[in-house]
Amino acid sequence: MGSKTTTKDIITLRGSAAIVSEFFGYAANSILYNRGVYPEESFVKVKKYGLSMLLTQDETVKSFITNLNAQLSEWLESGKLQRIVLVIMSKATSEVLERWNFSIETDKEVVEKGVSREKSDKEIMREIQAIMKQIISSITYLPCLEEPCVFDVLAYTDNDVEVPFTWVESDPKLIENPQMVKLHSFDTKIHKVNTMVSYKNDEWNEE
Amino acid sequence: MDAGGSSNMASSRYPLQETYLPRKKSGENLDRFIPNRSAMDFDYAHYMLTEARKGKENPVASSPAKEAYRKQLAEVFNMNRPRILAFKNKPPPAAESLFPEPASTFHQAKPVKPRRSIPQTSERTLDAPEILDDYYLNLLDWSSSNILAIALGNTVYLWDASTASTSELVTVDDENGPVTSVSWAPDGRHIAVGLNNAEVHLWDTASNRRLRTLKGGHRSRVGSLDWNNHILSTGGMDGLITNNDVRIRDHIVEKYEGHHQEWPPQTLLTQWLHRLEDHTAAVKALAWCPFQANLLASGGGGGDRCIKFWNTHTGACLNSVDTGSQVCSLLWNKNERELLSSHGFTDNQLTLWKYPSMVKIAELTGHTSRVLFMAQSPNGCTVASAAGDETLRFWNVFGTPEVATKPAPKANPEPFAKVNRIR
Repeated sequence: MGSKTTTKDIITLRGSAAIVSEFFGYAANSILYNRGVYPEESFVKVKKYGLSMLLTQDETVKSFITNLNAQLSEWLESGKLQRIVLVIMSKATSEVLERWNFSIETDKEVVEKGVSREKSDKEIMREIQAIMKQIISSITYLPCLEEPCVFDVLAYTDNDVEVPFTWVESDPKLIENPQMVKLHSFDTKIHKVNTMVSYKNDEWNEE
Repeated sequence: MDAGGSSNMASSRYPLQETYLPRKKSGENLDRFIPNRSAMDFDYAHYMLTEARKGKENPVASSPAKEAYRKQLAEVFNMNRPRILAFKNKPPPAAESLFPEPASTFHQAKPVKPRRSIPQTSERTLDAPEILDDYYLNLLDWSSSNILAIALGNTVYLWDASTASTSELVTVDDENGPVTSVSWAPDGRHIAVGLNNAEVHLWDTASNRRLRTLKGGHRSRVGSLDWNNHILSTGGMDGLITNNDVRIRDHIVEKYEGHHQEWPPQTLLTQWLHRLEDHTAAVKALAWCPFQANLLASGGGGGDRCIKFWNTHTGACLNSVDTGSQVCSLLWNKNERELLSSHGFTDNQLTLWKYPSMVKIAELTGHTSRVLFMAQSPNGCTVASAAGDETLRFWNVFGTPEVATKPAPKANPEPFAKVNRIR
């Protein structure tokens, strides 16, 4: 391993966790914008992953995602995070309309032995870029959200994780008989993230 | 006094007794302590509870190997269950308006009134045996003191809506009866009772005493009555309308002639202003609009089936709607711009109309014969309807008045305010 000269391609557990949590932050912002959970004008454009991404300027949403990411990084570094789910629900009825599923496979060896892996940043960025593009284009097939919606984030962790003070246990908020679309995945060689969106079956298509 | 005491009742049924109505049970198995069970995994909980007990109860029966296997299984099962966690603090919902104002996020000024839900079934059903199935009578009235008067055969019953108790006001003799109309005076204490023998009796319901008998106003049965302060207008089958000043000895102050059939005055007409003659059958249903002074709604009988609206200043017919069924009575909603009509064959329904669009808001069915009479409670919410099927039904069709529905401004919402209020 020492023979490698380019330090850029070395990826540590800490670095991988940072990439994954940052990815989730941008993905969440992108979903909230594209699915119209918050009004368009509360977002601003930034350059990221070679794309122009949108970030919310709403202070409360911003701090929610920041706090969330801090906790997610901690769990990612301990290898105890199995899945992150962003749930979009009807504001009025709390019915779950969409579930954005990011399942995470952690290389246990890295966590236990503290070794590092090799993968170039560029390659990871390219993989993330592909997922982001898919999220943006998802509006073309997802059913319209015709009512005011709210979102929530669920973290699936190992059972031995202590519940932090600001967190509570939740039900999985599943959708009954959902449609599912698998999106691209990316791999830091330490964390592999598979993305999938499931949504409520459109009644019109059933007939 | 007692309702069951009347000897001339042929049937064994007591009048104005509650008919059995099955109550709907809410399907939810929730209570105030556990308002949401979504996060509970009952299968898992059951497994954990029963497995542990089974092991304790008969430790001899389970072999060490089995025990180890079970332990391992439970552990694996347990281990593979991921914890699902969520932030206690939820992200805020998007502001309602397109221009987000932080101050008004929680204040939802809704210009559109929420749609009122109208119960499709009657709230209460009472027996009304021996009610006369006659289109030309007026046998039901609801007083300002919240007492409903109904004439069944020869007897006038009073049903107190606040206590749901029944009392008998009077039973007239067979040669004078049956009772053909009842009408409360505006004071809610005195009631006029029109009889088949052309007499009108005035009763004081507080002392249960007959105060006066008005004779000589008509030559045949008095089918309709209406009050204007101390003037009682009576309409008879003889085609006469008589105004009676109930305070003086010679009570007949005016007489109007000109109808060929029974014609209900509903309100005091001092002069024949207009002849409204578009209806092609008997007109019994009449209602003055409470929010527009010169607007009169009228409903035609079986041959006409129309509700017509009139401007009584000009005599112009403003609108006409074919209801497809005999119109037996009409009531305006006191709180909303709505009109309720009751019908006969074929559906015997009550129809709620939006005025002036005349869009049907609701159709209430339940009666099995034509709905002859309707009366509105003093607060305007509830409508009582009596039909030829010998039932009296109460409908919560007009909703609660504006003042009652307006929620108190939530200055500091208490989390357990509801809990405290239970009894």
